[in-house]
Amino acid sequence: MIAEIGHACLWIALALALLQIIAGVAELRGRAFVPVRPLAVAQGLLTLIAFGLLIWLFARSDMSVELVARNSHSAKPMLYKISGAWGNHEGSMLLWLSILGVAGAGVALFERRLNARTLAATLVAQASLALGFFAFLLFVSNPFARLGPAAAEGQGLNPLLQDPGLAFHPPTLYFGYVGLSVAFSFAVGALITGDIGPAFARAMRPWVLGSWIFLTLGITAGSYWAYYELGWGGWWFWDPVENASLMPWLAATALLHSVSVTATRDGLRAWTVMLAVVAFSMSMVGTFIVRSGLLTSVHAFAVDPTRGSFILALLSLYIGGALTLFGLRVGSMAEGKRFALLSREGALVVNNLLLSVILVVVLVGTLSPIVAEAFGSQISVGPPYFNPWAGMFALPLVAVMAVGPLLRWRKDDGGRVRRWAPVLLAVMALAIVALALLAPGMRLLPMLGLALSVAVGVLSVAPLFGRNLRRAPLPVYGMVVAHFGIAVALAGMATESSFIKERLIAVAVGEATSVGDWRVTLSDVKPVVGPNWTALEGVLLVQRGGASLWPFPLASERGEPHIMRPQARAFTQPPTETNEAALLTTWDGQLYAVMGQSAGEDANGNARWQLRLWWKPLVWWIWAGGGLIALGGLLALIGRIGPLRLFKRWRGAREQRKYPHGRYAA
Amino acid sequence: MSKPHSRARWIAWAPLAFVAMLGLLFVWGLNRGGDRLIASHWIDQPMPTFVLPAASASRPGLSSAALADGRPRIVNVFASWCIPCRVEAPQLAELRARGVIIEGIAIRDRAADLERYLAENGNPYASIGADARGQVQIALGSSGVPESFLVDGRGIIREQIQGIIAAEDVPGVIAKLEAMQR
Repeated sequence: MIAEIGHACLWIALALALLQIIAGVAELRGRAFVPVRPLAVAQGLLTLIAFGLLIWLFARSDMSVELVARNSHSAKPMLYKISGAWGNHEGSMLLWLSILGVAGAGVALFERRLNARTLAATLVAQASLALGFFAFLLFVSNPFARLGPAAAEGQGLNPLLQDPGLAFHPPTLYFGYVGLSVAFSFAVGALITGDIGPAFARAMRPWVLGSWIFLTLGITAGSYWAYYELGWGGWWFWDPVENASLMPWLAATALLHSVSVTATRDGLRAWTVMLAVVAFSMSMVGTFIVRSGLLTSVHAFAVDPTRGSFILALLSLYIGGALTLFGLRVGSMAEGKRFALLSREGALVVNNLLLSVILVVVLVGTLSPIVAEAFGSQISVGPPYFNPWAGMFALPLVAVMAVGPLLRWRKDDGGRVRRWAPVLLAVMALAIVALALLAPGMRLLPMLGLALSVAVGVLSVAPLFGRNLRRAPLPVYGMVVAHFGIAVALAGMATESSFIKERLIAVAVGEATSVGDWRVTLSDVKPVVGPNWTALEGVLLVQRGGASLWPFPLASERGEPHIMRPQARAFTQPPTETNEAALLTTWDGQLYAVMGQSAGEDANGNARWQLRLWWKPLVWWIWAGGGLIALGGLLALIGRIGPLRLFKRWRGAREQRKYPHGRYAA
Repeated sequence: MSKPHSRARWIAWAPLAFVAMLGLLFVWGLNRGGDRLIASHWIDQPMPTFVLPAASASRPGLSSAALADGRPRIVNVFASWCIPCRVEAPQLAELRARGVIIEGIAIRDRAADLERYLAENGNPYASIGADARGQVQIALGSSGVPESFLVDGRGIIREQIQGIIAAEDVPGVIAKLEAMQR
């Protein structure tokens, strides 16, 4: 019964989406017959209910529902039963739709700045998106389909995916994608009514900012998940699925900066609209690449050509439609305000161009295997292409990022840049000299990256100089924190890729080895049993030898040896083996240990085990930087939509009630 | 006034044209079907001459002269940074277990990365040549990784397999190599 109710909710929501389009178009023509806002709210509620019901089905392990039987197992821990609801194609599409519905409801409920016509057009666009995806869900990927005779037991879930990372990583990305869909709807709405200006940009900005925060968090979490769960020790593989999440982020970052120009200075109008379309297009292209099996990836998703064709049809409809509208309207679009090249806007244009170039680099790299195939050959494009090409444009981008915030809007005399540029150059030169002396033979790109990260780290706080710190607006703090986060992440990437130490060795119990300045002893190997797996666990005693560069070693580095417990796990449902890496984090890096297979016996007949050890200096700075970037976004978002502002308004209203004639009235 | 306007109009349609091309590519990609092997002009040609240094401490390097020792074998072009190669590794291991000789050419690889890759995915190779700048890859006319060549006992390429050797291809590959033996 639960499944049927969920199914019905989805059909009603689909009908409401259709009605919303009709009502919205009628309102645009000046013949409104039903208010549009409540329709959007009801649609959001219904999809949310349907999603809640699906979670309930998974929690109860109702094996009469095909999706549950295929992806769950009654022996799974509750957290993974619930996360199993969206760890598969159908469930994740339903999650996508319920977020879309809630976002549509949010626009309908809270958007007050936009004029009524543009809002109606926006809601029409949003409902068209929803309609397409409802059709996709109900016709080719119904999550509530029943199974003929109910299954006795479920078929489990990919053990690689039985991890807290999975429970939160995809929803985070979906929040990001859906936020971009709202920006897309705003852009389409503004194109329809031709009302593109600061009001439109201010309405769109919180959604862009919000989705950008979620994308940042999603990519950071995904990178960390791949790092410790896949057991390969890498944090970015340029895999098509990773690129699929990176491309919308790049577009959203560009959009975030250009929307500021439109909101503050009424410039770059056409470009902002274009970027809003591109950003959502990238998230749809990403979804298409991941779900259609177009490219080979380490992330296995159920592949179904019908679904691929369906997503492709939706993709061409929405993107093609928006771009056609853009082509028709861009001629009549009033040009925004002009500005001098040396100005905040100028720096943001450079930022946008560089981000777009990187986006193209990633897009070309991701798609070139299939382009090559279309011309009759097969290739795999890996880091040797991506690293230098993306790096080449990322470094100037970071440099511009350091300078841009020091410029004034509209026109700058270059005074602050002249004051700070020597600092940037001096710190960089110093860092390069130090690196050349301390680490001869370091490759050029990481060396420049590291030097630049030091300089940018210093310069990113410069916008706060000479300001009253208590009165500086929250978005300025947000920008400073996010830019500082970029410097932190860049330092982590450059250091890790240059100074990583690794050791691959077969050791017997009691034997010791070393990696970097760590001494590692295999003290025991024992079997361990988990809820649905068994494992061989290595017990490693690790101790830091040598002198730390830092004069105040943390407690974790002094005296007592630490214990690390890497596991080689074997799941029975379905039979799969995974590695649980063990991590030891210190302020300056992480020790990463992976337990391998049995490696025969040594000369004395003692059993030996494969052990992989890495010392990864500053590696966790990459994700800490990602976290800071997201935190910066959050600060800006709070500053923009302002719980503070709401609080002030509420207090103002109360003041008004208490003292109708003013507090100091006689 | 009209001139810049018309240019702007042209640019305004460029994104749509780009997306339309992308869409066509995707349509083609979805409908390309299962048969993706393309005959190569290298069939029945001798291996180009090359001498590659050892890429890994555990295996010798590879030279084209060594391929003409009378035993048919597979020459596998791979790289540690190539993700499809990881997918191919179990099939290579199985071929090795069934007595097939596999020579490797590691493309644009670094020693440390390669060692890690071999430790993770197994080392089925009798020798591994380091093609640090992809020159042999270009000489072979192989456009990407992974790619495998079935070479007979006289060093003549009998078949080129672009992309991974899938599990279902393994018996066919063995049969072809056995046919060359005779």
